[in-house]
Amino acid sequence: MHLDDQAVPSTALPVQPGYSSSGRLERVLRAGSFAVTTEIAPPDSADSAEVYRRAGIFDGWVDAINATDGSGANCHMSSVGVCSLLTRKGYATVMQVSCRDRNRIAIQGDVLGAAAMGVSSILCLTGDGVQAGDQPDAKPVFDFDCMSLLQAVAAMRDRSELMSGRPLTVPPRVFIGAAANPFAPPLDYRPLRLQKKIEAGAQFVQTQYCFDLDRLTRYMRQARDLGLDERCFILVGVGPLASARTAAWLRDNVPGVHIPDAIIKRLLEANDQKEEGIRICVEMIQAIREIEGVHGVHVMAYRQEHRVPDIIRASGVLAGRVPWYPGCTEISPQ
Amino acid sequence: MRAANDTMYQVRQWSVRNARLLEWLYDHFEGLLLALHPLWLWLGYDRVERSIRRLECRVKSLLFDCRMCGNCVLGKTGMSCPMNCPKELRNGPCGGVHEAGYCEIEPDLRCVWVDAVEGAARMRDSSGLQVIQPPLAQSHRGASSWLREVREKRDRRFFGNGT
Repeated sequence: MHLDDQAVPSTALPVQPGYSSSGRLERVLRAGSFAVTTEIAPPDSADSAEVYRRAGIFDGWVDAINATDGSGANCHMSSVGVCSLLTRKGYATVMQVSCRDRNRIAIQGDVLGAAAMGVSSILCLTGDGVQAGDQPDAKPVFDFDCMSLLQAVAAMRDRSELMSGRPLTVPPRVFIGAAANPFAPPLDYRPLRLQKKIEAGAQFVQTQYCFDLDRLTRYMRQARDLGLDERCFILVGVGPLASARTAAWLRDNVPGVHIPDAIIKRLLEANDQKEEGIRICVEMIQAIREIEGVHGVHVMAYRQEHRVPDIIRASGVLAGRVPWYPGCTEISPQ
Repeated sequence: MRAANDTMYQVRQWSVRNARLLEWLYDHFEGLLLALHPLWLWLGYDRVERSIRRLECRVKSLLFDCRMCGNCVLGKTGMSCPMNCPKELRNGPCGGVHEAGYCEIEPDLRCVWVDAVEGAARMRDSSGLQVIQPPLAQSHRGASSWLREVREKRDRRFFGNGT
């Protein structure tokens, strides 16, 4: 998609009337395109070149890049840092904010700082427990939870004030997102939880990995009955499984990841498990695209980031559209 | 951290199963506390705080494994105390709930929010789950929620909706 006012690195796009942010993700979604987002693995280093190298893998294939915030309770370069670097080159970023490590004072400050650096989308997460990571003796903060965080960011943007009521001279103009897990119990409450997040301020959600289309279909039916797909953009999480062993490990060790036995069996029986994992991911994206009320996919390809372009190409979901990237000159049909 | 065979944990589970009864009991008890407002005023809210707090702590510790957060929301969470969630989440379950409804951090215990959804379904008013709870007021920790609520309800009755 070509936008008349494409980003020049380091300069913000104008906020269009009725829009919350100047971000490309919000524009693509509001234009009705099927959006593709992905996530960057922040390096264990202080090297900016490494951040650009990792982001460059996705050039021309994604509408926005999520920067994770200490995911799995492991320390990596901060999401504020990664986003600040990426926005300098004009990348559309989704800054993830987890409630685990910072209290309300720190988080509100980070939101202001990030918005000033050109971050246009913020994903409000509760965060994994500290015991999941390699520093389990850390103090879990959880001053906010995702819901009160959503509300606080929305208040900063819409009422130009901090939680204390102290006014902001310039509000953070951000598109506000949340996470959703349609695959974890209590299953019938999950759509209501999405509704609550929307009430709190969520404008888009990115879900946990989907490997179970039946569960997703049921969730989306319930969400549509509540009218949620019209109040919020829903991006479904997908990702390639490297092998049956990885799949079993993920299922047993990463809280909230649900992988049906049939998927593991299919991987086990494949000649090339890695390629089969890619094929499953591509098929999943194509099936998800057909579900009413889904507005995009969020591709999480941990340690297989270099395969993301292949996956998106094979799925055909961009339909010839080339998302903007630094230095691109190609203008794709609307 | 509780073990699944802990008596306190068993009682906590009983309370969720009997959320309807506890809701009824609390409604009447609160009515009584409200009716006694002139007495509290005469004695001084600050002076009765200590005795009431002690009573509240005993009762709620027994029934709910109460942590005296001072921001009680049991009536909105199906009588399952959210402060027993290892992440102290006050607005619903995180995404890490195990397949059978168990906690990601304490895998032997049921998710307090899975309990809350069940408890709320048993209550007369189950809409409380959808109320967005603000972050905990840390300054209220250790104080009586009962008295604060009575005071606030009384103020609302006299001065409009308390704004």
